[in-house]
Amino acid sequence: MYTQALDLPGVQATDSAVTEAPCVGFDEKLAADIKIEPSDPMPDAYRKTLIRQISQHAHSEIVGMLPEGNWITRAPTLKRKAILLAKVQDEGGHGLYLYAAAETLGVSRDTMVAALLDGSAKYSSIFNYPTLSWADIGVIGWLVDGAAITNQVPLCRCSYGPYARAMVRVCKEESFHQRQGYDLLVAMMKGSAAQRAMVQEAVDRWWWPVLMMFGPHDQDSVHGATSMKWGIKRFSNDDLRQKFVDATVPQAEVLGVTLPDPDLKWNAERGHYDFGAIDWNEFWQVVKGNGPCNRERMAARIKAHEDGAWVREAARVHAEKKTARQAH
Amino acid sequence: MAEIDNKDLIEYLLRLGDSTLVLGQRLAEWCGHAPAIEEDIALTNTALDLIGQARQLLSYAGELEGSGRDEDALAFLRDELEFHNLTLTELEGGDFGRTVLRMLLFAAYQVVLWQVLLRSTDARLAAIAEKSLKESRYHLRYGADWIVRLGDGTEESHRRMQAALEYMWSFTAELFDRDEVEARLAGVVPSSDSLRSAWEGIVLPVLAAATLQVPTVAGYLSRGKYGIHSEALGPLLAEMQFLQRAYPGGNW
Repeated sequence: MYTQALDLPGVQATDSAVTEAPCVGFDEKLAADIKIEPSDPMPDAYRKTLIRQISQHAHSEIVGMLPEGNWITRAPTLKRKAILLAKVQDEGGHGLYLYAAAETLGVSRDTMVAALLDGSAKYSSIFNYPTLSWADIGVIGWLVDGAAITNQVPLCRCSYGPYARAMVRVCKEESFHQRQGYDLLVAMMKGSAAQRAMVQEAVDRWWWPVLMMFGPHDQDSVHGATSMKWGIKRFSNDDLRQKFVDATVPQAEVLGVTLPDPDLKWNAERGHYDFGAIDWNEFWQVVKGNGPCNRERMAARIKAHEDGAWVREAARVHAEKKTARQAH
Repeated sequence: MAEIDNKDLIEYLLRLGDSTLVLGQRLAEWCGHAPAIEEDIALTNTALDLIGQARQLLSYAGELEGSGRDEDALAFLRDELEFHNLTLTELEGGDFGRTVLRMLLFAAYQVVLWQVLLRSTDARLAAIAEKSLKESRYHLRYGADWIVRLGDGTEESHRRMQAALEYMWSFTAELFDRDEVEARLAGVVPSSDSLRSAWEGIVLPVLAAATLQVPTVAGYLSRGKYGIHSEALGPLLAEMQFLQRAYPGGNW
């Protein structure tokens, strides 16, 4: 369940970095829409941009397990519990093969994880919001995964082969998650008034943070233009956000919920929905670590890492003992 | 063969179904918190298998009962004293070592049990056993691999595993305790005491390879499968059952 993160602060890729290092065949491949593979020559800045983006994406999958994991033990039916377990497990799997895709660029998983834990690497800010009711699980599937899919489908055509191929699988699973999330909400909307209120309240809380998942407006985007040129990014943040809103409004109507934006209305002239102003102050606060759950999410990841240290160390020592025994 | 009483079979199915449900719930607590992503996925996957087994077993119990209780009514609307899970499954998870040790002890028990239930005269139970056996074999292999690594790893990991074994071991006696319910179900289900030697045949070599000492003290015989639990079950159920209790009759 990845999300924005594409345009967050980090390694700044500039056009000059592209031109400084000529790479045989790189531009020709990009022009011909041929995938760049791990052993192909590539500009250093292209490599760095991909490492930043893919590792942020992987971190997002792993941190994203926490808000949903919060409700696994409280799922209201065994079927929903099984669906949620399978979903969160899928996210762990996405994290794994995204780390693997990033490793093809010459960075180790340990290095990437260390960057997450010391706070130097980012992950999608949506996961810094809390899950406060069971309806949040449905809304995350419907809206958060829905936004992620809108972001990710174009990445299936990303110029870097291993990332593009990973995204094909991720997108298939995300589509499934989105349908399951919507189905959960449909069930609750058919239930009691209290359940319907729970769904509306969750939609009210998540709507704006979800719109922020597409990142800053195009004019404020740090990496947008270069990533477009390199075929890493195919559509701008604002285009993707508009596409998401246009697709989501009719789904909200079918569901019977109100999206919390008085300015949301169809604009026949543009052929799109207009929507209200996003609170970018909130977005940047969350990105900078001051969101509602940033500290808790990081503390949970650090605790898991530290609590697991003796296990990883034992596995390493045992493997060494085994090798030594075989050698004798 | 003598006619069996459905009440006995229901009781037996609850012992199996509640055990898988409660351990599934315990393993699910690990989601997002394991020592490595691979372990996170493996523990979550095991939880998923166990919840799946619980759904089949509880659904069958509900159908036999015939009073309209489905898997969810049984899972979410019974109280502590009506649960029949093995005490071993409800104990608080503790560290990763204790978690994988319990996986080994319980999966070995399940493998041995499913192998006998494959030949049960009850076709539905035999079918559940056949499907579950493959899953439990995987859990067993996973648990055994980790026990050996951690038992024969570092000084710290060995100490932790030995402590986990001291803690868990006394709860294994309950796995092999038999009562009149099983006796009346002869042919349909095995007698629990008949499973012990096969279980030991799996577990003891793993513990030996892990350089762990099997405790010799025979402790208190826990009685969770007869409905008398440890204090750990109540909070687990309170958390698990919260939504169904707070919003009765909801549509989920």
